[in-house]
Amino acid sequence: MRARRSQMRGINDPGPAWAALSYAVLGFWAFVVLFPLYWLAITSVKLPIQVNDGPDYLPFVDFDPSLHAWRYIFVDLFVDTARPYLNTVVVALCSSVVALIFGSMAAYGLSRLSYRPRLSTIASFIAGVAVAIVGVVRLGVPWQVGLAIGLAVSVLLALALRRRFTRALKNQDIAFWLISQRMLPPVAVVLPIYVLFQQVGLLDTRFALAVTYIAANIPIVVWLMRDFFDSIPLELEEAAVVDGCSRYRIFWSIVLPLSKPGLASTFILVLIMAWNEYLFALFLSSANAQTLPLTVAAQNATRGPQWWYMSVLIIIMILPVSALALLLARYITRGLLIGAVKG
Amino acid sequence: MQYDVAAAPGRLIEARRRPEFTSWADRVAPAAFIMPAVLTILALSIFPLIVSVYLSLARIKFEKGGVTVTFIGLLNYKKLLFGSQQFHLIGTLMPITPLGWVFQAIVAGLLILWLVTAVRRGAGVLGLVGRLLVAVAAIALALLFTSAGAEGGQLGTIGVTLTYVVIGVCVQYGLGLALAMLCVQNLRGRGFFRVVFFLPMMITPVGVAYTFRMLTDTTKGPFSPIWQGLGLSDFAWAATAWGARVAVMIGDAWQWTPFMFIVLLAAIEGQPREQVEAAHVDGANHWQIFRFITWPAIMPVTITLILIRVIEAFKIVDLPNVLTNGGPGIASESMTLHAYSTWRALDIGGSAAIAYMLLFIVTFFCTAFVNLVRTRPPARAAGAQR
Repeated sequence: MRARRSQMRGINDPGPAWAALSYAVLGFWAFVVLFPLYWLAITSVKLPIQVNDGPDYLPFVDFDPSLHAWRYIFVDLFVDTARPYLNTVVVALCSSVVALIFGSMAAYGLSRLSYRPRLSTIASFIAGVAVAIVGVVRLGVPWQVGLAIGLAVSVLLALALRRRFTRALKNQDIAFWLISQRMLPPVAVVLPIYVLFQQVGLLDTRFALAVTYIAANIPIVVWLMRDFFDSIPLELEEAAVVDGCSRYRIFWSIVLPLSKPGLASTFILVLIMAWNEYLFALFLSSANAQTLPLTVAAQNATRGPQWWYMSVLIIIMILPVSALALLLARYITRGLLIGAVKG
Repeated sequence: MQYDVAAAPGRLIEARRRPEFTSWADRVAPAAFIMPAVLTILALSIFPLIVSVYLSLARIKFEKGGVTVTFIGLLNYKKLLFGSQQFHLIGTLMPITPLGWVFQAIVAGLLILWLVTAVRRGAGVLGLVGRLLVAVAAIALALLFTSAGAEGGQLGTIGVTLTYVVIGVCVQYGLGLALAMLCVQNLRGRGFFRVVFFLPMMITPVGVAYTFRMLTDTTKGPFSPIWQGLGLSDFAWAATAWGARVAVMIGDAWQWTPFMFIVLLAAIEGQPREQVEAAHVDGANHWQIFRFITWPAIMPVTITLILIRVIEAFKIVDLPNVLTNGGPGIASESMTLHAYSTWRALDIGGSAAIAYMLLFIVTFFCTAFVNLVRTRPPARAAGAQR
């Protein structure tokens, strides 16, 4: 009897007591999440004196809201807000789309194909890079020439060593190498990257920031998407191979549509990372390519943090990303996989 | 089961007879899939990596009209590990109390037990060496914490960072998993919760840090009546070492629990429903379904998630910088903040050396984590046993 009732109720339908408990926990966490946001919202409509005089909780009851901060950010500082805003949108969107494409391709490769890069090839590549760096830094060769020499050295060495040393790495090693790219704190690599972009004349451009974020976010995409691809049943792809589909076709028409939930959540994640990145933006951009996190931090002026302006900026920074998350939310739904396998 | 299928994916497809018109494009497919990602990363990582190694071995002086770079070998590292900066990185170490030694003995005993179990299960030579290294690191860490925790001692940035990472990631994963499990149920309004829980991640970390500085203010913040009610109106979070650390960890958990939440939610919803439904019909309870079906199914994602989060957590910088300014003293300073402030003091070589020390620790931690978790045989799904 009990079994039948629960069968009718379905596995994901909680009983009343459990539902109440769930609501209590979820409600509590919703409060924890929303309260700081509420505080930001009301701080943005407070006058400086109201912020400094101690806590006021309810607009119109405890204090009279004023739009002075909003007016300041949107009217007085319009250009200084709009330009970083546009930069942030362009840089974050472009870099996340490219990182998602490159990253999920690599993830598919690492999940389904087997790679055996030879240690000798890797070693000769590193030797070539070392030659190029020594040439440019020590001997004062122009970087274009250094690059060419380095490339030549790597190719020659690789060809020479090819037959002698055959030890190779595996997919797992490649994946770990990719994720290890995120281990070094940005502060350590930001100076060399600065010099790099300075040499090619791309400092303070959106392009430089976007490329940096693509490289920084690809490892995350690879790792997350690899797990999603791993969990897609192989039968579908086997059937496609029998039908004569190319590898690209399988990836594009079968695997990608099936991993929409993973793609949606991964895209949102890398978008947010790029949207909010601070340290690289601090070093690689000044006037032209400045992004919003810098504008937020800049509100901590010599007179102390300007909480009201900061709140306005943080709020207008969250809005577009939240809207996008809402749009993509329906892709992060269950049932895509079972539908495909059953049907 | 899911996991086993995925473990040997290549062969299954490769074994089938290839169709006749396999073209050049299809032959280069493996390279075409991975090369864009690898080339992008190579272009932007190899050069900075090599240069920053060199910087960590050099002294950089800013003078009028230029910069001089002198190669000084391992002096930067020596200063951090044994010299004038030892207190900052490792901590002020004091003789260990008898109670501390008891703790040490317990830790050592547990580790020996763990190693013996590994030998009994027939771990390979490489596995044993790895485990031995992990055990040595664990003992060194226990020594560090007991010694720095003794009277008059102080934890350096390594210990503080590890505290943030281990406690922070555990709390965030636990919260994220619990919320995701609650959110997959058929509750009215769960769409609302999903969107709301996701919000904190969208704020730039600098913004989160400033927001929490507002919230934790005990005289003007929203919770000041509570503090005053407790008679703590002149209490400042940043005044006690653990208060400051807890404040940083709360901010971190607030911001990053959503990351765990959204990925785990996608993973739980992506698990095969047939098994869950079959187990449910057979009368398995919720705990059994979680333990034998959901948990193994989300295991790969869990490993990835924790790995990514650990790597990011090691780089925590904005919260301690803005919220507590690393204080009191250096009590809440993370290694990245240490590197950052050393950088601002124009000691770029020292800063790079700290960053490489961090890289070394993160690499060790992550390698140990991945290998220890991977060698454990994946638990069989309940459905597969029948």
